Amino acid sequence: MAEQEFDKIQTQEYLVNMGPQHPSTHGVLRLLVKLEGEIVHNVEPHIGYIHSGIEKMCESLTYPQLPYLTDRMDYLSAHMNEEAVCLCIEKALEIEVPDRVKYLRTIISELQRLASHQLWWCVMGMDLGALTTFFYGLRDRERILDIFEENCGARLTLNYSVPGGVMFDMHPNFQKRVKEFITYFKKVLPEYDQLLTGNVIFQERTRNVGIFTKEECIAWGVTGPSGRGSGWSCDVRKHEPYSALPFVNFNEVLYYGCDTLDRYKVRIQEMWESMSIIEQLIDNIPEGDYQVKMKGVIKLPEGEFYQRVEAARGDFGVLIISDGKKNPYRVKFRSPGFSNLSALNAMSKGWKIADLVAIMSSLDLVIPDIDR
Amino acid sequence: MSNEELKNKILAICPDAEVTEGKQFLNARVPGNKLHEVALKLRDSKDLAFDYLTCLTGADFPEYMTVIYHLESTLYRHMMVLRANTADRENPVLDTVSDIWATADFHEREVYDLLGVRFANHPDLRRLLLWEGWGYPLRKDYVDEVRIVDR
Repeated sequence: MAEQEFDKIQTQEYLVNMGPQHPSTHGVLRLLVKLEGEIVHNVEPHIGYIHSGIEKMCESLTYPQLPYLTDRMDYLSAHMNEEAVCLCIEKALEIEVPDRVKYLRTIISELQRLASHQLWWCVMGMDLGALTTFFYGLRDRERILDIFEENCGARLTLNYSVPGGVMFDMHPNFQKRVKEFITYFKKVLPEYDQLLTGNVIFQERTRNVGIFTKEECIAWGVTGPSGRGSGWSCDVRKHEPYSALPFVNFNEVLYYGCDTLDRYKVRIQEMWESMSIIEQLIDNIPEGDYQVKMKGVIKLPEGEFYQRVEAARGDFGVLIISDGKKNPYRVKFRSPGFSNLSALNAMSKGWKIADLVAIMSSLDLVIPDIDR
Repeated sequence: MSNEELKNKILAICPDAEVTEGKQFLNARVPGNKLHEVALKLRDSKDLAFDYLTCLTGADFPEYMTVIYHLESTLYRHMMVLRANTADRENPVLDTVSDIWATADFHEREVYDLLGVRFANHPDLRRLLLWEGWGYPLRKDYVDEVRIVDR
């Protein structure tokens, strides 16, 4: 056969179904992967396995009931979600909450971010074949969940923020335990780097893998640590500070490598920043009420209200369209995971199937956040 | 950029746009057939540079269905809301913006899935969360006798 004819022969393309029970899809996400050999040609996410119609449900609930549902979307950043809803309702009613509430909300949010990043870190290690990270991450996350349990009675879906304040005042032990945790975690966070970041196999599998430039991130709406790993300054905490964030100094973590390793580094560095935010606030919680007196039935004025917060996965937005009644006319949750997942195809095209797992891990997908 | 300047810029791009100051953002409603053209200009214009589509969603109102685009400029940090209405409930069609902002691809599929608004020229308009044959649950006249208990 002539040389040119050999070039024309190609390996057959075939479809591989990844999920919905695949361990590295972190839940019921199904990917239809088109492969040629080991090279990924196309990834088609099939979602909706746990679509629960939260937006539709919201239309028949009253405003104080909304935060209970948002907790169950992205359960790893439950408090950020409920904070967004509460801020949106307070913005519509033009209520200014006491400083004590703002401080408590920000501290809980940052603790939640720490817990979320810890779980992401241990799962990322496990996806790439390093089982030990799972024990390290969960060991430390347990301590945060214990603080939550003591403070608000729940470990995962906190239901701590309510429109107009927080549900309970902080527990007498809260400050002491948070400070103990920060001291402890400052000591063990370098272990994370020693265990995984510096590992040669880990670096080989992540460095220069899944390149996604800043411009692509903006076009696809890839926010949060995944966007900041490409140098896109998209931290809502920095650009539209809310709650107690105007009172603190912190740096927006930016890396410019655009690859999986830099998306990883952003999250590790963000854990340090979160600890610094908590340290600045924990000793200065002002005295005062923990709730504003609200009417028994909350009715929002007519109009549209949009509020964004920085959840652990990125830009989380709540849009409430109100027609003046006691339940919303339409609610939309702009979840970061949804946009991040939509970029997965563009991000992993041309890489090997093993890289797809690493890339997906670096996006930190939580499926209820995507399906809603 | 102040809302006043923004308003003038938008009116220069599209004289038919209905620009109102909302409680938070500037609202611009454009006719459905101008949507794609205006969206492209909003992104490409040097002093507007709305390069980030934050949120895309739809809503069903008694007289019309609307699609709402929250736009942000990552350069100037200003935001606006673009919206387009369609009065046709049987076969609502708007132009896609997924060629302008790639993130619209999934968001438009979601709007199609839950509200039944079709997007012309969308590369892959299939249902996203529910399966074929299901109604459009976010429409106000949606009734599901089996799964919804009326209290």
